Amino acid sequence: MSTLVAVRQGRQGYLLSAPALALYVCLLVIPLLLTLVLSFNVFDYSSGINGDAYTVDHYSSLLGDPYFYEIFLRTFWISALTTLLCVVIGVPEAYILSRMGAPWRSIFLILILTPLLISVVVRAFGWSLLLGADGLVNQTLQAFGGSPMKLLYTPFAVVIALVHVMLPFMIIPVWTSLQKLDPAAEQAAMSLGASHFTVMRQVVLPQIMPGVLSGTLIVFGLAASSFAIPGLLGGRRIKMVATLIYDQYLSELNWPMGAAIAVALLLLNLLIMLSWNRMIEGRYKKSLG
Amino acid sequence: MSKNGPFALLFHTLVVVFMLAPLVVVCLVAFTPENTLSLPTTEFSLRWFRAVFERADFVDAFYNSLILAFCAASLATLIAVPAALAITRFEFPGRDFFNGLFLSPIIIPHLVLGVALLRLFALMGVNGSFAWLIFAHVLVITPYVLRLVLASAIGLDRSAEHAAQSLGAGRFTLFRQITLPMILPGVAGGWLLAFINSFDEVTLSIFVTSPATQTLPVRMYVYATESIDPMMAAVSALVIALTALTMILLDRVYGLDRVLVGKQ
Repeated sequence: MSTLVAVRQGRQGYLLSAPALALYVCLLVIPLLLTLVLSFNVFDYSSGINGDAYTVDHYSSLLGDPYFYEIFLRTFWISALTTLLCVVIGVPEAYILSRMGAPWRSIFLILILTPLLISVVVRAFGWSLLLGADGLVNQTLQAFGGSPMKLLYTPFAVVIALVHVMLPFMIIPVWTSLQKLDPAAEQAAMSLGASHFTVMRQVVLPQIMPGVLSGTLIVFGLAASSFAIPGLLGGRRIKMVATLIYDQYLSELNWPMGAAIAVALLLLNLLIMLSWNRMIEGRYKKSLG
Repeated sequence: MSKNGPFALLFHTLVVVFMLAPLVVVCLVAFTPENTLSLPTTEFSLRWFRAVFERADFVDAFYNSLILAFCAASLATLIAVPAALAITRFEFPGRDFFNGLFLSPIIIPHLVLGVALLRLFALMGVNGSFAWLIFAHVLVITPYVLRLVLASAIGLDRSAEHAAQSLGAGRFTLFRQITLPMILPGVAGGWLLAFINSFDEVTLSIFVTSPATQTLPVRMYVYATESIDPMMAAVSALVIALTALTMILLDRVYGLDRVLVGKQ
């Protein structure tokens, strides 16, 4: 490519990206930087935010305060359990879907994945109907002679609803890697006398591992920052990081503290995503030799 | 002809029931004639749907969401199409960085974007303004349009464009007559996907809306934290119906399976 063409191409490229770039700088880069600065600002309940004084107090109380520690720990185990359940349910389901015949495969794929496009508030409300004190689950329990259980506003309700919301994010990447699988490999292993279990473990699983890992990280990241589900199904007592940030901003009005927690959440999320990219690149290089 | 055993099919049935149960229950409860959250047993009633339309706050929130989603999806498309063309057909320094930046709102928690925009809007003194709410939504839905337009612009046969160019077509004619028709499924699909995502968005909106600009999901969220009654089920059923309608359109213009799991 001649220099002249390169320059012209460059100019056109920048020109066409300019509106998007302006939007992202004004509404993404600048607000995130402002929030980072805000998280170091001094806050006082009587006088509010002091934009001229700086402190690291918010971060040290984030690390030291047992109240925050408890919420971060709860967020971690709820997200980890959600992720585990999504793997246990999503991976076999994606495999079953991929082995289905022609019309059923796309029908069920769409049925299982489209709840993704329905408002999370609606889905959370659906679960509160099912899990409520006289909801369908408790009615069924009573019909079979069991005693009603308190399900709503417990970590159980949050985990169930999170699995419901996150399952598509596990099925999609696993499905994508299953599509790349060569059925001949499975047949070859079978014809050589491998059992079904051996084929799964030695042929299928190693090849869909990238999809499973990708789904794991997406689900964990989304679950750890989920807001509407713990807000509606966890009640006031089962707080997670996102509902904690909401409280700091809109009830405590302690924006700098909320900003510090938000920055911590964002950094943890980006760390997960970047380590994933690094891992993929490493694998890619290895497979190229 | 299924290769799945009976155990696999049982497992599959349970997963499908699990995925659909909350939505089906919401739609059924919406038709209850009772005052409590119960499944209609003897008759179906529309009283709770009537109740929704008598609530001015819900009706206003619905119109807010509709206008917001329409404007935001259109603006996002106007921004994403040129950016996608720039990324797919021009070599320029920083191209990969632009691509990553433009897709990044997908991996940044909406909650973090919400508090960051709240800070910006508060400093600018525009918090609660409808115009800025539109821009906030444009930011989070642009990646969805961009992804679909990128997918349809990559690997496009350029020979028709070259032919038109050599016959003296201007840049705008070239885009309108040749390029746009070829990427149209991606553009229309991207618009619809953006529309759905904007219409559903709650986490970011809750921080940057005022009572006057409250969107339907925010109104529903606030209402559901205070009380639960069958009216909420009726609103939810309406939202499900509207989403289903948009999904059918999306399936027609782009293919729902392609949106959800990429090319088949």
